[in-house]
Amino acid sequence: MFDDFLVRAVLASVGVALAAAPLGCFVVWRRMAYFGDATAHSAVLGIALSLSFSTPVFLGVLIVCMIMAITVSSLSERGIAMDTLLGVMSHSALAIGLVAVSFLSGVRIDLMSYLFGDILAVGKSDLFIIWGGAALVLVLAALRWNGLLLSTLNPDLALASGYKPKHEQLILTISLAIVVAVAIKTVGVLLIVAMLIIPAATARVLSSTPEMMAIVAGVLAISASLIGLRGSYVLDTPTGPTIISVCAILFVVVNLGYRLLPKKLRKGIS
Amino acid sequence: MSKKLIECEQLSVSFGAKPVLSNISMSVGAWEILSIIGPNGSGKTTLLRALIGAVPHIEGTINRSPDLSIGYVPQKLHIDQTLPMTVERFMNLPKKHSKASLVEALEMAGVPTLGKQQLMDLSGGQFQRVLLARALLGKPNLLILDEATQGLDHAGVADFYRQIADVKDSLGCGILMISHELHIVMRQTDRVICLNGNICCQGRPEVITDMPEYRNLFGLDQSEALYLHKPHAHHDDHYTHDENCEGGHHHV
Repeated sequence: MFDDFLVRAVLASVGVALAAAPLGCFVVWRRMAYFGDATAHSAVLGIALSLSFSTPVFLGVLIVCMIMAITVSSLSERGIAMDTLLGVMSHSALAIGLVAVSFLSGVRIDLMSYLFGDILAVGKSDLFIIWGGAALVLVLAALRWNGLLLSTLNPDLALASGYKPKHEQLILTISLAIVVAVAIKTVGVLLIVAMLIIPAATARVLSSTPEMMAIVAGVLAISASLIGLRGSYVLDTPTGPTIISVCAILFVVVNLGYRLLPKKLRKGIS
Repeated sequence: MSKKLIECEQLSVSFGAKPVLSNISMSVGAWEILSIIGPNGSGKTTLLRALIGAVPHIEGTINRSPDLSIGYVPQKLHIDQTLPMTVERFMNLPKKHSKASLVEALEMAGVPTLGKQQLMDLSGGQFQRVLLARALLGKPNLLILDEATQGLDHAGVADFYRQIADVKDSLGCGILMISHELHIVMRQTDRVICLNGNICCQGRPEVITDMPEYRNLFGLDQSEALYLHKPHAHHDDHYTHDENCEGGHHHV
């Protein structure tokens, strides 16, 4: 059944959605959206480097993203204003990456497919990498859930309970790099952060606990991926952007619906 | 005094070249409320953190009673509104507790009915009580509070201190806290330590309030009253006092 490109596309998008949902919740809770952008943008540089050294794209992207993420989080601890720092790093990484790609005269690459994803071209080995990465992120999140959550809530409380908030931050940083690396094929560099944030933000109003928010975000992300895949097939639109558009529509519908609900019912939900 | 729960001798802490605490010797016993007061930057929080072992490099010794178990109530927390969290879920973080012990802790902190509420929806006073309840979960014999009443109004602060006194009576624990609320500290506490890098003075509240070091540190000097009438009066030393304790931070 893996021979059907549509089946592979479905499996790939579900894998990415599963990993993106819980991580996306942390990105929302810790206000790391811009941080995610910086990491994702650096992936273009990773692509250029792996193509010029002819290493697997996944590996190059993973390494560059990780370097980027760790650089940003260590620089921010030295007291440089976070939003300025991220603005500099994020866009420089994207620009330098695009310049580097243009030097690759010998290689024909379809830049658009990296920027916006090319889920219908996912092969068996891609599928293996996507599910491997997703499983790793899910296992990390599940094993360290309480420590991650407490450090997110308040680093001092985490310290008092014997956790090391810096380690938890590192775990999230590494997970983010993994998700970026595996999601390039499906939604592309420019829309990865949307895949992380929009389902989590939609789940917020429907949830009363962090665990519930992560699960609801997962369900929303998977639904949006399946609807988006089907939609792009029917409408003949690019798949990655279609999936994110469905996420956005869900976000608007859920939030509007919640605001229109009578106050009593609202309390019942959240 | 009853059994000592925790005690430090000649404790000094510096961050880089900057000394933060020097030569602190103090102890907390069971059944007593000890308040630390002092201006901003006087090392209050550092002292608490050193006592709970969160400051890596210290000089001097800290002795902990073998059965010491600490409950820690932090300063007011900021809860990001994107994070949904019920009081019960928060209390079970990071370790799950039985339903019965949750109820018991919430009751002891004076908020028995809040379990299902979102943290975000709580008032300042309720939130601090939930933090107190969480600290009480492990039945600690030493409760440490770091400016737990910051942001509460006067009535709220007074209520919170009464709650602390009740907790002390029912658990028999020692209580060590940092506070800015001088008037209430003086009424609700057994001993006061006046801190400004070193210990300026310590003792029972009624003794402390008359000490020149204390009055200087908090700008309560009687000469201030004289100032108003005699604009040319020099602010000479009316007392002999520790130089470090010349505060001029008008906190009250």
